[in-house]
Amino acid sequence: MSSAPAAPALRDPALMQRWSLLLLVAVLAWPLLVWTEFNPATLADTRSLEHTWRFVRDFVPPRHDNEFLVLLARETWRTVAIATVGMALAWLIAVPLALLVTSRLSVSAIASRMDAWPAALRQIVRWVLVVLRSIPELVWALVFVRVVGLGPTAGVLAIAIAYGGMLGKVYAEILESSDATPSQALLRNGSGRLQALLFAALPQCSSELVSYTVYRWECAIRSSVVLGFVGAGGLGQQLDSAAKMFAGPEVSAILLVFMALVWLSDRVSLVLRRWMA
Amino acid sequence: MNVASNTPRRGSLVVVAVLALVVASFVSLDLRWADFLAPEALRKMLAFGVSFFPPETAPAFLRKTLGAAAETFAMSLLGTLIAAALGLLLALPASAKGGMAARSLHGVARLLLNALRSIPELVWASLLLIAAGLGPFPGTLALALHTTGVLGRLFADCIENAAPEPALALRVRGVGSVRVFLWATLPQVLPQLMSYSLYRWENNIRAAAVLGVVGAGGLGQMLYYHLGLFQMHETCTVLLAMMLLVAAVDAVSYAARRGLAR
Repeated sequence: MSSAPAAPALRDPALMQRWSLLLLVAVLAWPLLVWTEFNPATLADTRSLEHTWRFVRDFVPPRHDNEFLVLLARETWRTVAIATVGMALAWLIAVPLALLVTSRLSVSAIASRMDAWPAALRQIVRWVLVVLRSIPELVWALVFVRVVGLGPTAGVLAIAIAYGGMLGKVYAEILESSDATPSQALLRNGSGRLQALLFAALPQCSSELVSYTVYRWECAIRSSVVLGFVGAGGLGQQLDSAAKMFAGPEVSAILLVFMALVWLSDRVSLVLRRWMA
Repeated sequence: MNVASNTPRRGSLVVVAVLALVVASFVSLDLRWADFLAPEALRKMLAFGVSFFPPETAPAFLRKTLGAAAETFAMSLLGTLIAAALGLLLALPASAKGGMAARSLHGVARLLLNALRSIPELVWASLLLIAAGLGPFPGTLALALHTTGVLGRLFADCIENAAPEPALALRVRGVGSVRVFLWATLPQVLPQLMSYSLYRWENNIRAAAVLGVVGAGGLGQMLYYHLGLFQMHETCTVLLAMMLLVAAVDAVSYAARRGLAR
């Protein structure tokens, strides 16, 4: 290290830049710490520590009597079912909207610029999609719980609407990113839009469309757990009530099942997507 | 050949399985379509939707909303910053290659990252409320924990995929491993790490907006409060603030990522 040629190389050429960046981050982070009432000392407070410790100590062993396991299995299935039904409805919302939005299937756009009316319609539908997905599914669920009452219906509707907006946008983008030549060739030669879609656009994008849908289904499972926290049923609702009652063994059992479910859906989705590719 | 003869059968098998799953889900859930799709229910829904408008615009309430929006913004940004730092710290062992010790460390770090990642922010928040009380602090921690899992894994993959030659060039000259990382690996991966962090920030502003529902502060808490009291105009203002905040963060992050890519 002390040899002469190595010495100059040991000075970091970007030292000043790095320290000034870190300093800038620290200065910017200060108001954030104040706004979020960031105070790690609350974690170290003896009473809350004692409380937390008592809660966490109960985590082992997780509750595993038969009655509870049956309940868990039922709630797990409900979680998956809410996600699946929500995705199915989201798909029904997304497909027509995506087909309306995508300019790949515009007949007027193949010759010159798109006509005013179709362009306006596409823009409006695009805005509808933006509104659908810019409100988080949890908020949709809160609203629907007020309308249809507690239970899976609210969760299903929330996933259907928020994911409908998301799927619609991404489907339209995937269709737009496809090669325009085949669909234009068909449309120019007088084929209908449905034919152009089925024989030109879809064959190029089908695997990408399917893979995105499967990925979203996986996300829907995770979010259906979260929706349970506002009363949409499933594992989330059990976890919420168990945590509120400080029932440590139940909380840990539900968390374990939940992690296994996420892992499993991750695997299934990976395998499915690999098959499609 | 084997693959060619297998694919159609496999495809139809998947289609059948998916259809079965969808049908079983529809059948097993007690969905009350009648309650929901009946003309009267639809009318009620419409009235409910209309009752949101116009949004409440009293200056005092707008100031309160602005304060909550600032809180949500701070939660998302601070949560992401902490997660980026912790994620990088965990990504180092998680991307380590080499002997027995490194490999076991690798496994432990990956397991920890997976556990952090598989529990959603909202669940973390509801558990942290027990340790940290109500307010934006547990919300920030919840965002940081979940995002650490996500970013740590992305960072680790990124570091693993970085070209090893610059690091090797320094290592053969006897430069210590901290310096090798800072001088050879970090400069290569930094733009990618920043871009991942910005992307997660966009996710976190959405998550932070709703975390308040379990009592973790910000716009979500206001939303839950006013919706619970059926104060629809106030709820509408909060929702609009959420949408504006998300759009603003998206725009900033998009611009920053464009800047990074250039």
